[in-house]
Amino acid sequence: MTELFTVGEPIADTKAPAGPISEQWDTRRFEARLVNPANRRKLSVIVVGTGLAGASAAATLGEAGYHVLNYCYQDSPRRAHSIAAQGGINAAKNYRNDGDSIHRLFYDTVKGGDYRSRESNVYRLSQVSVEIIDQCVAQGVPFAREYGGLLDNRSFGGVQVSRTFYARGQTGQQLLLGAYQALERQIAAGNVETYTRHEMLELVVVDDRARGIVVRNMVTGEISTHFADAVVLATGGYGNAYFLSTNAMGCNVTATWRAHRKGALFANPCFTQIHPTCIPVSGEHQSKLTLMSESLRNDGRIWVPKELGDKRDPREIPEEDRDYYLERRYPAFGNLVPRDVASRAAKEVCDEGRGVGPGGMGVYLDFADAIRRMGRQAVKAKYGNLFDMYQKITDENPYEVPMRIFPAVHYTMGGLWVDYDLQATIPGLFVIGEANFSDHGANRLGASALMQGLADGYFVLPNTINDYLADGPFEEVDESNPQAAAAQEAVQQRIDKLLSINGNRTVDSFHRELGKILWEYCGMERNAEGLKKAIGLIRDLRAEFWTSVKVTGENEELNQTLERAGRVADFFELGELMCIDALHRNESCGGHFRSESQTEDHEALRDDENYAYVAAWGWGGEDGKPILHKEDLEYDYVEMKQRSYK
Amino acid sequence: MKITLRVWRQKNSDAKGQMVSYQLDDISPDMSFLEMLDVLNERLTLDGEDPIAFDSDCREGICGACGLVINGLAHGPEGLTTTCQLQMRSFNDGDVIEVEPWRAQPFTVLKDLVVERSSFDRIIQAGGYITAPTGTAPEAHATPVAKTDADRAFDAATCIGCGACVAACPNGSASLFLGAKITHLASLPQGQPERDERALNMLHQHDEEGFGGCTQIGECTAVCPVGIPLDMISQLNHDVLGALSRGGN
Repeated sequence: MTELFTVGEPIADTKAPAGPISEQWDTRRFEARLVNPANRRKLSVIVVGTGLAGASAAATLGEAGYHVLNYCYQDSPRRAHSIAAQGGINAAKNYRNDGDSIHRLFYDTVKGGDYRSRESNVYRLSQVSVEIIDQCVAQGVPFAREYGGLLDNRSFGGVQVSRTFYARGQTGQQLLLGAYQALERQIAAGNVETYTRHEMLELVVVDDRARGIVVRNMVTGEISTHFADAVVLATGGYGNAYFLSTNAMGCNVTATWRAHRKGALFANPCFTQIHPTCIPVSGEHQSKLTLMSESLRNDGRIWVPKELGDKRDPREIPEEDRDYYLERRYPAFGNLVPRDVASRAAKEVCDEGRGVGPGGMGVYLDFADAIRRMGRQAVKAKYGNLFDMYQKITDENPYEVPMRIFPAVHYTMGGLWVDYDLQATIPGLFVIGEANFSDHGANRLGASALMQGLADGYFVLPNTINDYLADGPFEEVDESNPQAAAAQEAVQQRIDKLLSINGNRTVDSFHRELGKILWEYCGMERNAEGLKKAIGLIRDLRAEFWTSVKVTGENEELNQTLERAGRVADFFELGELMCIDALHRNESCGGHFRSESQTEDHEALRDDENYAYVAAWGWGGEDGKPILHKEDLEYDYVEMKQRSYK
Repeated sequence: MKITLRVWRQKNSDAKGQMVSYQLDDISPDMSFLEMLDVLNERLTLDGEDPIAFDSDCREGICGACGLVINGLAHGPEGLTTTCQLQMRSFNDGDVIEVEPWRAQPFTVLKDLVVERSSFDRIIQAGGYITAPTGTAPEAHATPVAKTDADRAFDAATCIGCGACVAACPNGSASLFLGAKITHLASLPQGQPERDERALNMLHQHDEEGFGGCTQIGECTAVCPVGIPLDMISQLNHDVLGALSRGGN
């Protein structure tokens, strides 16, 4: 294994304040230095991304009086992929009086993450969760309400309380529009400069501080460098490394990967979440996968036929010939087990040959019982838009025939390493939302991504970044600075190189092949032999890419092939690191299931003695090896146990 | 399936565009319309031709990035469907399909099927929000909202900002987009303090961007992929008139 990486210094300090966990956030806010409102105008902050984390951070920093520069690759900030989140957002409001509390949300999140997240950050997330709901309601987010006018809640996987707030099946859309509108208000006020259709292609580090970014104008091709006193990355996850995922077509790792190459540690890249309820793949032409919200598992029952090769119409298979395998194996949580458990169980029954639909890669999600119990109208009110979406894609009516679902890549828990202040290992570089690694450990619970994105953007970062900016404004830099000029030059050279290869394979064909390698060997189940093989395959494919890819057109125009080529080039490098990380972590935890490490009844077997740490990887140079830095995880408030949902 | 595509090709916003024909012989009815374009683009790339530029991102009908006029209809022949959710099974073997960008004065064509829609952002900037700076919010349950009001707000707030309403309107009006945001925020108690100035300021910006006036034709709601109803334009007019009668301008 040492031929693949080297081991560096452990990470000694996460900067979490000392003292009881429930007081740490207060302590930090009190100890952090403030910036006088009159001085904030002289300080500038770059925020890359306009999803829940980016839009909420840019708006809040603008409201505070900082000068904010905000970027997105889409034509409008409102289109960031947070918009597609369906199910809901968690908050420890305890409106149901069902025993919920900040401590329980904290506990559920640490347990759900299979004891690979940082206690201090998760506790703060739980504390802040209650303020998020207040904030969003004040903005006019139309959450679902009961007839008395109060907010409604529902349950999500991995928990036994009802703490999820929702806006039909479009919670992400409504929360994002709230943040987007706050952002647009700040743009109108002149506090935020907006750059749409601009893609960040490099981080600019000057005198060991993050001071700017190199961006490409995606309409004109103009490459320019923008400077600020601090840089915030809110650029989402890297699920599209697998080609097929529930991410949007444009989601990519370039911003965080470029920062990684400039010195930011990349933590737990192998922790990826495979979501259990997606619409199965229909053919080679497939460009993306569509998620069906986890909330469907509240009322839908998951099953496959008991017998191998039972090809009967599902409606004709009697009860006694059906295997409701989640209810059978996990009676306490049933269909609401966490995502990693549900996905793996689906894979197992399909591997046994009991899968349904074309190719046998699917399981049934059946609403017949729910329709009998609640009536068709009630089911429609709760899930109507999801049912419609399913019918459009599959041409099957889920009110009549059970849905077919299969797991798909959905979210990435790994990301740039950050300390308690959400600052990366490059001073002045902050990372928020899915782009960082901090809160979900090895598995994220449903309805927690929206919570984390908004917690980071509205409440955490705007407090912690003050302490850094209190040292500013930093010395003025411009394009003539040698480090900045070198960054811009490197971007130009890379683009020139991509355009000059003029080979015989399309960008998408490379991307699809990379995705298949990762799905096969670094997907729902991994083992040492497969991961070693994958690393070799990825290296070969990457070499072929740089000699055989065909990118048409030129830089000085709207060139979508060129955009994709740059992103795929970075996915190769990330994909290799994902496999190295997965190979080195010889235990099963959360979404990372190593076949060598399982219990007798095929449940994930953690190895706390050897792997209770965050694996934060340093860039080892173009031809060098990645460097492993360990942050040991200590649990003072939650007892580490083998997770059980039985 | 075999189909013939006639696609609007335009190098950039200054260039003159034209319709170009492409023949596709091996299209599966399970493909989405955009996946069919992906297949064509792969072929064009390998032939050394410039692939067709079009916007799309989430490909699940919620981000509002995609939008093509297909056989003269914004988002194509199926109702309540974005272009990315349109499947090839909606067409027949041998069909000739015409594909064009949104056409309206404020939506400049940037390349092929990609248009500029930042005018929508500027309309929101003019007042499409509730002023609630972070940290100032009262407890969420301090203000109950009747379920009917919350549901109406939600129905309006589902607008995805795609611009199909403008593309379909003979006047090039964005009144449905405007009406949806006005209705969303005006249905909630939190939206009342700024209600008058919001309606007037957003309408002024709408006109300034070069969008036309509404003459109640209803093409907008017919093509809207999320079914924003025409009465939300009535709400817009109601709020504008109310604001004017209270001395706004």
